[in-house]
Amino acid sequence: MSIWIYILVMAGVTYLIRMIPFAFFTKKIKSVFLRSFLYYIPYAVLAAMTIPAIFFSTGNFITSAAGTAAALILAYFKLPLIVVALAASLTAYGVSFIPGV
Amino acid sequence: MKTNSEFLSGMAAGIPIGLGYLSVSFGFGIAAVRLGISVLSAVVISLTNLTSAGQAQGIDIIAAGGTLIEMALVQLVINLRYALMAISLSQNLDEGFTLRHRFIAAYGITDEIFALCSTRKKPVTPGYMYGIIVVSSFGWTFGTLLGAAAGEILPPELISAMGIMLYGMFIAIIIPPAAEKRSILLVVVFASGLSVMCRYLLPFISGGFTVIICGIAASLFGALLFPIKEEAKE
Repeated sequence: MSIWIYILVMAGVTYLIRMIPFAFFTKKIKSVFLRSFLYYIPYAVLAAMTIPAIFFSTGNFITSAAGTAAALILAYFKLPLIVVALAASLTAYGVSFIPGV
Repeated sequence: MKTNSEFLSGMAAGIPIGLGYLSVSFGFGIAAVRLGISVLSAVVISLTNLTSAGQAQGIDIIAAGGTLIEMALVQLVINLRYALMAISLSQNLDEGFTLRHRFIAAYGITDEIFALCSTRKKPVTPGYMYGIIVVSSFGWTFGTLLGAAAGEILPPELISAMGIMLYGMFIAIIIPPAAEKRSILLVVVFASGLSVMCRYLLPFISGGFTVIICGIAASLFGALLFPIKEEAKE
């Protein structure tokens, strides 16, 4: 089978999942419960995506944990996203040179 | 003028995402070529799908010669979280977000772009979202090209270390509001704990499903215990 048919199905399904709810949920939700639910969704989803996956993100638990610690500290002091992301990565990179890691 | 500055501020906000995507999609490009997929196909997959987990699973199915039904179902399950995000995001859109804009911008609902848009204090305008999408999509596609065409050049330690970038960005998004608001902190701790439990106690649940289950459970927990009364977004 041509790879382009696979790609068409992949892209089509992925687009429709995003588009249908985005285009057709036009009303403001009034229910306090539903509004609260949606308010917490980004934090809940991001937390679930990050923990525990971040500890496997470099393929090495120690370098990942070091990068995570750097990110937590800098994020707590509200540094910009790019600074936190780069610092996490550079910390993991630096720690990977420590003998035995 | 206003649209223009919204687009530019979207592009600026999108830079960390674009850089993070560049590094992650680099890995995707390497993986795709290793599975026998051409550089052009890998680039088109990234440009048209703009998603990490779905694509990683998708190239496995292509390489294994799986059926189209399998492809469609796997994409549906892994990417179902985007539907949840789309609904959440639809509540914080500017009035100028017409149906036509929604059709276009829907392409760019990813974990990271959602995170930026949904935590924005102001309503999201089409220009702002397009700005983020252009930068992110460029990073994602260009990174795939680099990885597919020249992936073996970089030192492996550097490629590995880049794997943490997007997660670092997630932390930078979650921590400041969690440090300020106890309800958000508790929702974050709840979701994280549940996610760890799913990974170790129920390892047969896929990553995409885990995120859906934990996201819904923790948000229900938050909505039941700490309802947000005020109309305005904080």
